[in-house]
Amino acid sequence: MAEMQLSSRHLLGIKYLNHPDLELIFETADSFKEVINRPIKKVPSLRDVTIANLFFENSTRTRISFELAEKRLSADVVNFSSSASSVKKGETLLDTVNNILSMKVDMVVMRHPAPGAPAFLAEHIDAHIINAGDGTHEHPTQALLDAFSIREHFPDFKKLKIVIVGDILHSRVALSNIFCLKKLGAQVMVCGPPTLIPKHIESLGVLKSYDIREALEWADVANILRIQLERQEIKYFPSLREYQQYFGVNRALLDSLKSEVMIMHPGPINRGVELDSDVADSDQSIILEQVENGVAVRMAVLYLLAAPRSTTKV
Amino acid sequence: MPKGKVIIEDERFAITIERLCQQLIERYGDFSNTCLIGIQPRGVMLSDRIVQRLRKNLKSPGFQYGKLDITFYRDDFRTRDKPLQANTTEMEFLVEDKDIVLMDDVLYTGRTIQAAMTALQHYGRPSNVELLTLIDRRFNRHLPISGDYVGLTVDALDEAYVKVEWKENNGRDRILMFPEKQ
Repeated sequence: MAEMQLSSRHLLGIKYLNHPDLELIFETADSFKEVINRPIKKVPSLRDVTIANLFFENSTRTRISFELAEKRLSADVVNFSSSASSVKKGETLLDTVNNILSMKVDMVVMRHPAPGAPAFLAEHIDAHIINAGDGTHEHPTQALLDAFSIREHFPDFKKLKIVIVGDILHSRVALSNIFCLKKLGAQVMVCGPPTLIPKHIESLGVLKSYDIREALEWADVANILRIQLERQEIKYFPSLREYQQYFGVNRALLDSLKSEVMIMHPGPINRGVELDSDVADSDQSIILEQVENGVAVRMAVLYLLAAPRSTTKV
Repeated sequence: MPKGKVIIEDERFAITIERLCQQLIERYGDFSNTCLIGIQPRGVMLSDRIVQRLRKNLKSPGFQYGKLDITFYRDDFRTRDKPLQANTTEMEFLVEDKDIVLMDDVLYTGRTIQAAMTALQHYGRPSNVELLTLIDRRFNRHLPISGDYVGLTVDALDEAYVKVEWKENNGRDRILMFPEKQ
């Protein structure tokens, strides 16, 4: 029953966490995973905490996952999406959030298309901020749930090789995953077309490959990312069909490898582009486990960041 | 650290545990509809010992045995500076219509037991819940909760601290009282 605390009062990115923080989140998530498999999946821990979910960008999975996590901790939840709000009328981010906070909100979960938006908010307002994805920068809870899911199959990260395949350039999931897995001691490789791999990515301590077969032969786990067409202003490769030919993961490719690779995907999947159905729906993939673990990991983060009552503003 | 005063140890300790077991046998017989539940982390030391004794004394006691963590149900969560880290819960059964015996080492303010009863509701509606505790600090209660099976009643000031040590962890079975919290 030890008292434990994260080193940061916000979750802005994996970059700002240390190794004990990650272990604490995983151990707490283990407990919450047991909770969400009970007949009654709710605990009263956050019963007087109000959380605002501010989604300035589309999301299905992350938003539902956060909302479920909050409700299973008995928090009060308000939802906001930019399409139906005053943002359309020209209000600034700070004004929007300050208005919501003046209604006595304790924590803010925010997704925003601008990298650094949660860090900006954390500097200017008092509530605890959880980054649910900021542009092409970070998506920390996704990386945490990915690592948590890997840990259930491979407890020792120090012996593990993980390849991240696809649109590394535009992917906040890739960056958060790299930070997280490196901090846990795993070896990480990125793989994709040269145009979608940032220059100098090796400075983060990762390997790179432009050959999917070589990458999969090397790896124990492959995290396949979506091609983010919505963030691509110019063409980075000739066609989706060509991408699928060179970097798509299918059954034939996996069966021709020397050893079995565990397949992950943060969703949403473009079936038949980066991942074929005969892989996505097979026993080799843990995609739905990732979704289940997402709720437990988010419960752990919310629980660990919830403020003591004495320091919240009256 | 001030030295603690030993209240009971070794043989007396074993006799007390044995008496609690006999009281349970008297009440529940073959334990066919009974669940014994230790409260994490320290109540589990007691419940492990009692379950071990019962299994030795009875041929095949019919109880189910669980370990319940109540961290997420505590009423003081947001009054602390830091969150508490949870222990594992091992409850592989539902408690619907069962007779429950909750076990904890020290009954003090009663808040842990209140949290345990809230947590227990999440596993169904038990027919009956009783409380077994090794130590009852009867003058320090915050809530109307009392033990049904009590090893030893201790009268102590609120500042005092009563500690149970177990052979498995500390090398000896004994109960100590310290004049102030450690």
